[in-house]
Amino acid sequence: MLTVATGNKAVATAVKDSKTRVVAAYPITPQTEIVEEIANTVAAGTLEAEYIPVESEHSAMAACIGASATGIRTFTATSSHGLVYMCEMLHWSAGARLPIVMANANRALAPGWNIGAEHSDSISMRDTGWLQVYVSTVQEAYDATIMAFRIAENNDVLLPVMINLDGFLLTHITQSLETVDTGDYIPPLSLPHAIDIDNPVGYGTLTPFSEHFKFRWDIERGMRDSVPVIVDAEKEFGARFGRKYDLWEKYRFDDAEVIVIAMGTLGKEMEVAVDLLREEGIKAGSLRCRWFRPFVPPDLSGREVVVIDRDYSFGYGGVLANELKAKCGCDPFSVIAGLGGQDVTFDDIAGFVRMRTPGEEHWFGVNGNV
Amino acid sequence: MMIYIQRIAMTELPKEEYILKCTSACAGCSDTLSLRYALKAAGHDTVLVVPACCTSVIQGLYPNTAFNVPVYNVAFASAAAVASGMSAAFRTMGRKTNVICWAGDGGTVDIGIQALSGAFERGADILYICYDNEAYGNTGMQRSGATPLGALTTTTPAGKPVFKKDLDGIVEAHNPPYMATACSAYPKDLFNKVKKALSIEGPKFIHILAPCPPGWRYPADQTIAVGRMAVKTGMWILYEREYGELSVSAPSKAAFRKPVPVGEYLGMQGRFRSIDNGKISLLQQAADKNMESFRKEAECTC
Repeated sequence: MLTVATGNKAVATAVKDSKTRVVAAYPITPQTEIVEEIANTVAAGTLEAEYIPVESEHSAMAACIGASATGIRTFTATSSHGLVYMCEMLHWSAGARLPIVMANANRALAPGWNIGAEHSDSISMRDTGWLQVYVSTVQEAYDATIMAFRIAENNDVLLPVMINLDGFLLTHITQSLETVDTGDYIPPLSLPHAIDIDNPVGYGTLTPFSEHFKFRWDIERGMRDSVPVIVDAEKEFGARFGRKYDLWEKYRFDDAEVIVIAMGTLGKEMEVAVDLLREEGIKAGSLRCRWFRPFVPPDLSGREVVVIDRDYSFGYGGVLANELKAKCGCDPFSVIAGLGGQDVTFDDIAGFVRMRTPGEEHWFGVNGNV
Repeated sequence: MMIYIQRIAMTELPKEEYILKCTSACAGCSDTLSLRYALKAAGHDTVLVVPACCTSVIQGLYPNTAFNVPVYNVAFASAAAVASGMSAAFRTMGRKTNVICWAGDGGTVDIGIQALSGAFERGADILYICYDNEAYGNTGMQRSGATPLGALTTTTPAGKPVFKKDLDGIVEAHNPPYMATACSAYPKDLFNKVKKALSIEGPKFIHILAPCPPGWRYPADQTIAVGRMAVKTGMWILYEREYGELSVSAPSKAAFRKPVPVGEYLGMQGRFRSIDNGKISLLQQAADKNMESFRKEAECTC
């Protein structure tokens, strides 16, 4: 069905269309519309689910853990401080191998209070064992949420998936949305370690290091095995519903001499910048990082690279730039831009490409001070 | 509305054991004792949700477990929230499985109180049981919000300067359909209370006083005697509230008639060895006041 929706509404609609059974959530700007929409959907009976209006994000993830442990489909949504408040439970849910799906409306962290888009919240949850996908359009927010359930619940993966959408820049903008009848695209959840009264076991009991090591390795194995599962889920999605997705989204990439790389909405904005630069005679192309975890390094050999990070690792650098540097051996021009919802236009992005200096770091808007 | 549960004798308790022999509990541990009777009351169709506490250790080391029901171990602050999610999930499946939080005092009165309050306000269909040994036992007896006035712990070397937090008052303010206190020294009373709690839908709460030999500094064979003395002195009152209506349990009714001085209870335990007369007097006054208020309320409602 063709309609129009905000990014938030698209996520909520995907949760309904995925027949989620338990949703536990706590409101936070700019995610609120997701939980309002789901609460209304449940109240109206169009989604047969339990909606648990928990008293905190820590409890939101805790309740999802309790529900998911019984072997049913669960979802939550959060943002910024909510995400970092549930950090402990993010580790717990991945460690417990529970296929929980969560939408995170990317937002800056205080102080001072700032509700604008920034990736520091989810990037700081990088090592929790959650898969992370970053989306750039309302349609993609919907599609990625549906695919997330299929990927998370695959028995070769059994890890939680976080769908990241830029606060306001995507959560609150309205675009066209085509919904689908998921049919059997998401198979029924069959959690091998669901709580079984007739086979009582201890979950998460005291574990010696020898076994702990095996469990940690098994998380990594699930993460590695998720790559073909993601590729398959995206291929099947394209075959059934006509929209194609890849781990990395390429734009005028093949013959490009300089590649600009970013995540989220900036990753779409830069396509306009690429067109502009091509008109100027600069052979630019772009690469949008969709899956940040698992991180499958792209082949950047022989290209100049400009990376825009809407995040920062203090004392180190732009996170995406440095991950690419480490995994691809490139020497990117690292641009820090868009923090706290800073407006970054295609003109600005074209400017970054024009001023590129390999190995240098540029803080957009404050460069006089660094 | 009072709920009638057939009270049974010790010899009539179910023979099924859900705590297997050879747990890693300390000698004289009243946590294991309480859990044994609670699980006899709950039966087979039960899941325990356990935050960090002594029970996390007592289960044994992976891949073994000494408990014969599924046990979901969870993060310290999260027990009531995990349980409410689990209970909601069972409801969507049409299952009646008992979801019981089994948490220590630290995981309840301190770090877990927000999740507990949230779950009770929402009316989650869970039974939350706090076994209270009045300190962080698992980490070596640091003070908790449940540590009583004057007690020595590893973080109150001069004795705790303030009173124990009124957990029951906090829970009562949520108007749960059922709440009760119990003590490991009265296992039949505990069994009956767990049985009754599980017959009621909604959030239920049982607060068990759980004496702890290494933490309270008394010989391991005195666990029952110490628990009984807590009740006899009025330092611990056994009661139930069904839909708010108070019913004082028999051992406390007897204690109200002729309470033993609190000094008898304090004197049995090394943790009170340095308590001064001023604090003993404050504890005596608090116990007297508490007994008086329960006695009055019980008389009014009888």
